[in-house]
Amino acid sequence: MTDLTLGRVTADRERLLALLQEYGVYLGVVVLFLVNTVFTPHFLSTENFRTQAVQVAPVLIVALGMALAIGSEGVDLAVGSVMALSTSLLSLYLGYGPGIAVVVALVGGAVVGVANGSLIAFVGVQPIVATLALMVAGRGLALVLLPQLKDVHDPAMAELGSGDALGVPYVVLIAAALALLVGFVVRRTTFGRSLLAIGDSRPAARLAGLPVRRVLILVYVCSGVLAAVAGVLATARLTASDPSSLGNLMELSAITAVVVGGTPLSGGRIRIGGTVAGAVLIQLLTTTLIKHDLPPSWTQIAQAVVIVLAVYAARERGKR
Amino acid sequence: MLSVNGLSKSFPGVKALSSVDFTARAGEVHALIGENGAGKSTLIKVLTGVYQPDEGEVTYDGAPVRFATPLQAQHAGISTIYQEVNLVPLMSVARNLFLGREPRGRLGLIDFRSMHRQAEAALRDLGLRVDVRRPLRELGVGAQQMVALARAVSVDARVVVMDEPTSSLEPREVRTLFGVIRMLRERGIAVIYVSHRLDELYEICDAVTVLRDGKVVHTGRIAELERLRLVALMLGREIADVRQEGLTKFAGGHDTEAEPVLEAQELTVRHQLHDVSVSVRPGEVVGLGGLLGSGRSETAKAIAGALPTDSGRVVVAGVRVRTGSTPAAIRAGISLLPEDRKAEGIVPGLSVRENIALAALPGLSRFGLVDEARIDRIVETFMERLRIKAASPQQKVGELSGGNQQKVLLARWLAMQPKVLLLDEPTRGIDVGAKAEVQKLIDELADDGLGVLLISSDPEELIEGSDRVIVLKDGAVVEELTGDAVTEDRLMRAIATAPAVTATATGEGTGPGGHDD
Repeated sequence: MTDLTLGRVTADRERLLALLQEYGVYLGVVVLFLVNTVFTPHFLSTENFRTQAVQVAPVLIVALGMALAIGSEGVDLAVGSVMALSTSLLSLYLGYGPGIAVVVALVGGAVVGVANGSLIAFVGVQPIVATLALMVAGRGLALVLLPQLKDVHDPAMAELGSGDALGVPYVVLIAAALALLVGFVVRRTTFGRSLLAIGDSRPAARLAGLPVRRVLILVYVCSGVLAAVAGVLATARLTASDPSSLGNLMELSAITAVVVGGTPLSGGRIRIGGTVAGAVLIQLLTTTLIKHDLPPSWTQIAQAVVIVLAVYAARERGKR
Repeated sequence: MLSVNGLSKSFPGVKALSSVDFTARAGEVHALIGENGAGKSTLIKVLTGVYQPDEGEVTYDGAPVRFATPLQAQHAGISTIYQEVNLVPLMSVARNLFLGREPRGRLGLIDFRSMHRQAEAALRDLGLRVDVRRPLRELGVGAQQMVALARAVSVDARVVVMDEPTSSLEPREVRTLFGVIRMLRERGIAVIYVSHRLDELYEICDAVTVLRDGKVVHTGRIAELERLRLVALMLGREIADVRQEGLTKFAGGHDTEAEPVLEAQELTVRHQLHDVSVSVRPGEVVGLGGLLGSGRSETAKAIAGALPTDSGRVVVAGVRVRTGSTPAAIRAGISLLPEDRKAEGIVPGLSVRENIALAALPGLSRFGLVDEARIDRIVETFMERLRIKAASPQQKVGELSGGNQQKVLLARWLAMQPKVLLLDEPTRGIDVGAKAEVQKLIDELADDGLGVLLISSDPEELIEGSDRVIVLKDGAVVEELTGDAVTEDRLMRAIATAPAVTATATGEGTGPGGHDD
């Protein structure tokens, strides 16, 4: 069609916009970093970097799973509840040793993922509804298992939460490793490719013979397990299990990181690098405001502004 | 009524229109034709205020005008009906008709009673009887198109532009549409009609303008232009060439001795198919004929496992295939090129490379890891063999022309080394040049020993392309044309005269009397 030529009419502006869409989130991180270097005392200290990295790690891990769900044209609202469920399971099974407890916690996340995925793939419930159901159910189950806050006294868990290797906290190492792993899975595996095709056009993927249901279930299992990992790490860092508050509003932070990172909500595209940068951007933003003694309400407003900017920059992309 | 003089429009790197003269007169239906990329869409967009001309002027009703926005053009009385319906699916039919200009009662509230009454009247004029309170999406695509048309007409249009209005209509609806067009003509409205279907042009249009490469190559009365000459003008080829090769690119005549590679026996799907049996030998092209809704696409889908069957069996090369499972059918060597290329075929946001490799992915990986080097080789091979025109293998498929999208899909399936290819409308909506290429390709594939099942609404394509034609009606086989009987005439007669088999086989939307021949 002649429409092909349409794109070239405002080529320069479009290119600028495209660049902004592609790299805007990295630009944001750099700008905030520089601003903080100049205006925030003690920003350029190892201790500060450590704190920032440790704080961002759980959000990032959850966001990785969220990116997969969003890439498949879905969303996973149950991640916060999965964190709570995993902390409950961890506390309950800690008696059998930390290894077994962690495995049980992760299996719990996987089970929620299977439930989510089955509802979506077999029953045909919309992802937002299916995972909303599991969000409510998961939190409830977590509270049934562990009705109140419980301290976690376990040397291995304490080490996991606050230990480090070569000065880098384990928590951060794990988050980085998972980011690389998920990035690799998306780029180089048949699962990743199928996932993107399903997110972009499900009927086409089905007729191309892709195992649509299996892939969808696996997506939500991945998301569930990643959320459970985040739950375990958060528990280890806090040395306490608090199923009533752990992971509250985590789904929103994760979606924010993914969207700000340039992954379109319409599916078919996943940007892992962008997601990492998105999580870092939100973290830096929060820190900046806190360090300059602005009330938390300002943080929320600032987050909202960033989301709006990200969606504004991405608005052309959705049209295709 | 509406005319342009010396119109030029360039986009960076492309001259879309160069000194085009075009005049649409009141009370005249003017066909605007040309291959994709000839400049039709650009011309229409200039006429309707979407684009501004670089040079030349637009004259409307005797005075020069400049439409800065589509809205201005609309207010001036120029209505456009696009290929794809752009209405609000969840709102009622009546609300869609009166969107933005609802009749108001006291207090400025919408006067629903009057709106419904007016809507009903407006649609009745077009021969459409529906409950205007129902949401638009419950209507068939054809009926939705009629609503769009009713809307366009009811805003007191003086010029109506129709961009491929019949592409999703059934023959009966096309009749109605033509009735409406004639009515518009009598009312002294200028109609600009864009279509690829020559039959329609000759039936309904008075004048014709042929565009090629952004220039007007012919304009005049359509009755004075011979069909072959018209095709030659569009393609920019000599008449002798066209006549020699026929209007399609099929050579015809394949080996039909071998054992069938595909045997579908007594496929039955409630309300859709009734005991449909089809067999295809290697190297043979079998056509599936019939009207829209006769069960052609359903047969193909049932064979490919995309439509669960109630009974019947599918056998490929002597091995029975589990029905109702796309992966099983694909493993057995059945590939389906679906009818709706945009919705069910391509994955628009992924690259040409990913699209070609999509179905073959499991075979192109080890332990779930994709073998990039092998994919590159396959993609390169097929892009060359099928002459796929893309900036690079990384270009998004959604940005390609229809013909190239179709070739990408063919490449996807050929990469699977199928035994049977089911092609559902392989040349629909692609330009004449690409159409010829795809047809030639189908021929080549059959020569290579593939069994091909060809579905086409274009009788000419079906007859010239197929060695044998199975004619379906109301979800059942009514006749099989072989040898010398494979002619358009016989096909038409089979469709027209064969009695409907049983009442139970009547599919949705294929009520008796719903066909025009």
